[in-house]
Amino acid sequence: MTNQTTQTNDTAFAQAPAPDARRAMSHHLSGWLLASPIALVLTGFLLLPIIMIVVVSFWGATEFSIYPAFQFDNYAFLLGSEVTYRVFLNTFRYAAITWALTLLIGFTVAYFLAFHVRSLNWQIGLFLFCTIPFWTSNIIRMISWIPFLGRNGLANSTLLSWGVIDQPVEWLLFSDFSVILAFVHLYTLFMIVPIFNTMMRIDRSLLEAAADAGASGWQTLWNVIVPLTKPGIMIGTIFVITLVMGDFITVRFMSGSQSANVGRLISNDIALLQYPSASATAVILLITVLLMIATLLRFVDIRKEL
Amino acid sequence: MRSELDLELVGLTKRYGDTLAVDAVSHLFHAGSYCCLLGPSGCGKSSTLRMLAGHETVTDGAIILGGRDVSRLPPARRGTAMMFQNYALFPHLSVIDNVAFSLKMKGIDAAKRRASAAEMLARVDMTVFSDRLPAQLSGGQQQRVALARALITQPQVLLLDEPLSALDPFLRIRMRAELRKLQRELGISFIHVTHSQDEALALADEIVVMNEAKIVQAGPAREVFQAPKTAFVARFIGSHNVIALPEGKFALRADELKLAPPQGAKLRGRVTGVEYQGTHVALRITIAGEQELTALLTDKNFFGAPKDVGEAVGLDWDGQAAHALSA
Repeated sequence: MTNQTTQTNDTAFAQAPAPDARRAMSHHLSGWLLASPIALVLTGFLLLPIIMIVVVSFWGATEFSIYPAFQFDNYAFLLGSEVTYRVFLNTFRYAAITWALTLLIGFTVAYFLAFHVRSLNWQIGLFLFCTIPFWTSNIIRMISWIPFLGRNGLANSTLLSWGVIDQPVEWLLFSDFSVILAFVHLYTLFMIVPIFNTMMRIDRSLLEAAADAGASGWQTLWNVIVPLTKPGIMIGTIFVITLVMGDFITVRFMSGSQSANVGRLISNDIALLQYPSASATAVILLITVLLMIATLLRFVDIRKEL
Repeated sequence: MRSELDLELVGLTKRYGDTLAVDAVSHLFHAGSYCCLLGPSGCGKSSTLRMLAGHETVTDGAIILGGRDVSRLPPARRGTAMMFQNYALFPHLSVIDNVAFSLKMKGIDAAKRRASAAEMLARVDMTVFSDRLPAQLSGGQQQRVALARALITQPQVLLLDEPLSALDPFLRIRMRAELRKLQRELGISFIHVTHSQDEALALADEIVVMNEAKIVQAGPAREVFQAPKTAFVARFIGSHNVIALPEGKFALRADELKLAPPQGAKLRGRVTGVEYQGTHVALRITIAGEQELTALLTDKNFFGAPKDVGEAVGLDWDGQAAHALSA
């Protein structure tokens, strides 16, 4: 009896490794196969272009040609120029102001949707309502501000007819004001969506617990809702900052080509076929944005949101 | 005996649109007692508790605590504190900050509020977990924290909404003993909502049974169990048979039924099921009119004269064991 058992066990052990190994192998293989489509797409459309940009950023250029090389001329020129710093600073300024405004508006709208609108149908309805502007392209949305804000536009003529102003206000269009207005208009939704999403996950009984503890509305907002909404705020912040940092068309249209940001620096270089210089600027911008995101992620753990 | 700290409901009503959740409930909760609101889901017990806590508006009626009507006051000014079913601990705050939350809202400075919170945590035996986040605690530990957070507001009445339902059976029994002990130590009223009759019987000084938005019976636990007034109470409190006899409906405890020879017994029936339960054996017996009864026999009694499915048996009981039911 005992012998038999031992024997059976032995055979089982002797035979075991083969199918196990085969299964492990096929697991291994299917894992790679499943990951390969996205890996191929990311390699082809993200990784290779970025490597290409980095490579080109070390190339040389003359007025009429570019040539492969490995030199730091582009970076030296870029980092040595005072214009670069001014333009970067202006880009940061746009990003900071846009961030503050979209956060304020986005948080308020999301708060209203999540906590004041009681029925789910209304929440979905109003949420879709927020997305209506996105049914048209963002360039159209941007351009439609021009007849509104222009010297003889709707805003000025209305204000004139009300007697609020005596002459058309000049700074409404082709100014930093109009650039930021367009940014806020374009990107607030990117703040609303993640904040709303996080807020919807806040357990409503926490608000009751806060009320039980004697917290006023503002105290509940500051001590419970804001801390619990931080991951959503952070995701929205990353969206808005990367979008504003990388933008060039909004700044060009809405400032009437009077203001510059890093995106326009790059697009100007490209227009002049100065690809190496454009690449170097792009690399610096990429590093800057990555550093900003890395800093943001140190403050808030967004993993539980994903 | 009435006291200043009694909690009284007067015609308390809650309506959601056309549905009546709580229908003009009036009841006096004596100060310092452990009271269980018992009923099936949807009977209005949770709505009643939430109205007491101030998390649900009162459609009509009054809640009198400490000699004043608190039904329109904000939750924190009523003298009640609530312990939520899922504990509702703030996930971003450490245990000690959770407990100190209400003191922070009052503007008490950090050192002072942490000292009071630490004292409260010691009371529920959670001092070592002060710096943990709620997610790092087990269900039972979270419950202690929730308890400490509710008690730090020094309520006259603690409201507990199904506090044990999220725990596993073993922990449930341990925590209910601790709740009872804590209530004795503090001497304040606990009002505990539950749908478990075991829990209510084990804990309560007074049981209030609710059904269909109304109180159907209220009284000391033993009284409710010994003498259920209606068929609903008898069935819900468990261990009772409801029998319709020619002279009316009766409640008869399963353990009061005795087997007897079919001739001359009060009732005759046929065994349809035998379930061994360790100390007891539960017999399912079908009597005339397709009524099913359960007789709970001690294992000694049963195995002295075992019965099998299909056997005809007679049922007997002491005269006073059958309670006439009003409905």
